[in-house]
Amino acid sequence: MRRSVLFPPGWRLLLPLLAFTAAVFIMPIGVILWKSIHDPEVAALLPATTASLESWSDETMLPPSASFDALASDMRNLVEVARIGELALRLNREQPGFRQLVERSAAKIHDEGTPLVETDRRWSDPASWRLIKRASEPYTPRYLLNAVDMRVTPDGTIGRQDEQRQIYLRLFARTILVAAIVTGLCALIGYPFAYALSVSEGMLRSALYFVVMLPFWTSLLVRTTAWIVILQRQGVVNELLVSAGLIADNERFALIYNFFGTVIAMVYVLLPFFILPLQAVMRGIPGQYVRAAESLGGNPARVFRRIYLPMTMPGIVAGGALVFILSLGYYVTPALVGGRTGQLISNQIAFHIQSSLNWGLAAALGTLLLMLVILISMVFSRVVPIGRPQR
Amino acid sequence: MKRMSRFILGLVVTMVGLFLLLPILVIIPLSFNPEPYFSFTGKMLQLDPNGWSLRWYREVVQDPQWRLAFKNSITVAAIVTPIATALGTCAALGLRHLPPTQRTVVTLFVSAPLIVPIIIVAAGTYLLFAPLGLTQSLTGIVLSHISLAAPFVVITVSGALTTFDERLLRAAAILGASPVRAFCRVTLPIMAPGVAAGALFAFATSFDEAVLTLFLAGYDQRTIPLQMWSGVRDQLSPAVLVVASLLVAAVSIVMVGLSLHQALSRQRSKQLGYGAEH
Repeated sequence: MRRSVLFPPGWRLLLPLLAFTAAVFIMPIGVILWKSIHDPEVAALLPATTASLESWSDETMLPPSASFDALASDMRNLVEVARIGELALRLNREQPGFRQLVERSAAKIHDEGTPLVETDRRWSDPASWRLIKRASEPYTPRYLLNAVDMRVTPDGTIGRQDEQRQIYLRLFARTILVAAIVTGLCALIGYPFAYALSVSEGMLRSALYFVVMLPFWTSLLVRTTAWIVILQRQGVVNELLVSAGLIADNERFALIYNFFGTVIAMVYVLLPFFILPLQAVMRGIPGQYVRAAESLGGNPARVFRRIYLPMTMPGIVAGGALVFILSLGYYVTPALVGGRTGQLISNQIAFHIQSSLNWGLAAALGTLLLMLVILISMVFSRVVPIGRPQR
Repeated sequence: MKRMSRFILGLVVTMVGLFLLLPILVIIPLSFNPEPYFSFTGKMLQLDPNGWSLRWYREVVQDPQWRLAFKNSITVAAIVTPIATALGTCAALGLRHLPPTQRTVVTLFVSAPLIVPIIIVAAGTYLLFAPLGLTQSLTGIVLSHISLAAPFVVITVSGALTTFDERLLRAAAILGASPVRAFCRVTLPIMAPGVAAGALFAFATSFDEAVLTLFLAGYDQRTIPLQMWSGVRDQLSPAVLVVASLLVAAVSIVMVGLSLHQALSRQRSKQLGYGAEH
């Protein structure tokens, strides 16, 4: 009986789904948040060095000779288990050039028994040691800083990232820009269609409804493929233009694998998400308001602007918020049709998980993207419809 | 003036309609392409029967990769659908018993998978599942799909239950029905359309899911979306268009079937003298 007090009937039915969501949805997000600030990789690769650098207090001077011995022995061990490459790659992310430094020094220590100091003169520079100490701290702001084009310099201050490595702020800006353009275009072409859908009846309504729902239910991959077929160099649009003699064969337009391709394909994919909630709102607006305004002598433009548009605003905001939020995290379409200039932040996250294996940076970018989405959802929270709109 | 604006509206709506439909429809004739390209050949445009071929249909049917992808997709969706439907239906029933504030919070929590960028979940799931041995396995894919599909069921079933009158259950109890019997005979028929719609959403979500699958699948777990992904990205083979056409055909058939069913049941309830909305 006590149990039912702890879990009233409603909660008992909810528990299975809540537990499942916590395990398979919340925990992965937790992993991303955690990995964006926690990185024990260097400490694990260099256990002796990490321990000995803890007692190194005056960082303007070289660390004690015990640290040199510790690093040499850590490196020797890493060569033996063939993991020196991981260390080299990891430190190179902090400071370009370290890959070579680590690999060469390690090889000399291991193969020829050279003392660490003699392998490279950079080991006589306290800055190199500061960098290793910084990198071996398990809790680190560096990935979050990297994700906004900042970095921890070897002397421990926070500064701008090197010029050629500043890409993420621009990418966030591009992601927001694409989301805004896509939302604007959806609103522009979706509004009249939603209006027609809301006022039509019978067969016409069924037909219009079918026209929205067919792409809505069709596989995302199919819809994206369709745009490749249409827009590529040998695609339908270019073929038509060439065969009509409007452009020469060698003047075909690059309509896809770029920014333009991403925008148009995303408008196409997300348009139903704008139309459906908007037409639901429009359908709930009684016709007598507009008729009353007209009978009072308002011209159509004025009636639309002063009466109808404000009444449909909740639908515009709901559909617009949905499209905007979904755009921010879009991955498949930009990956397939984006080329180089149409890539969004989510594509960089995938790149760092799958190819560059810089999981910390991927996690930090994911964390920022999540914050952005939560922030925008909160702004829209009163009117955001959750999930795919129904009718 | 009025006729003019009606004409313009009609024109705009037609153009938007074409924008929505044409890209999907253009795929279908191209899937009968005899050449290994994504474009129309001269013979096809002249409607020469020799310019059209079933070459890529044969290719898809015979290709072990596509067969494996089809099998995987169906297997995953067939496991995901009943589990997500059961979890979601239970949750929707439970939500009704919560006080309004709690209900809002829980609804938000449960439907978060629909708003959070899927790439974040995919990356996190990959990092979480890899040490557990759940990557490169259908189990991992099934688990992650369920969490995406269940919220749709919660929403559709909750929608079906909004007009549900709690007094019906009391009436059933007074007439001597046990709670189980009352549930089966009263609650279940009322929410059945919502459950069915939710199950359809769950199936479609799982069948169409590409991002989580991309991160969790190995070579042997590739699904239809993944096979299409590599067909578009790496090989650019018209076999992709064949599968796309088949999917469009399947979706169209289901949609037409559903609307016919709806129209028929509406007619039947009219004949029986109920209001059209019940």
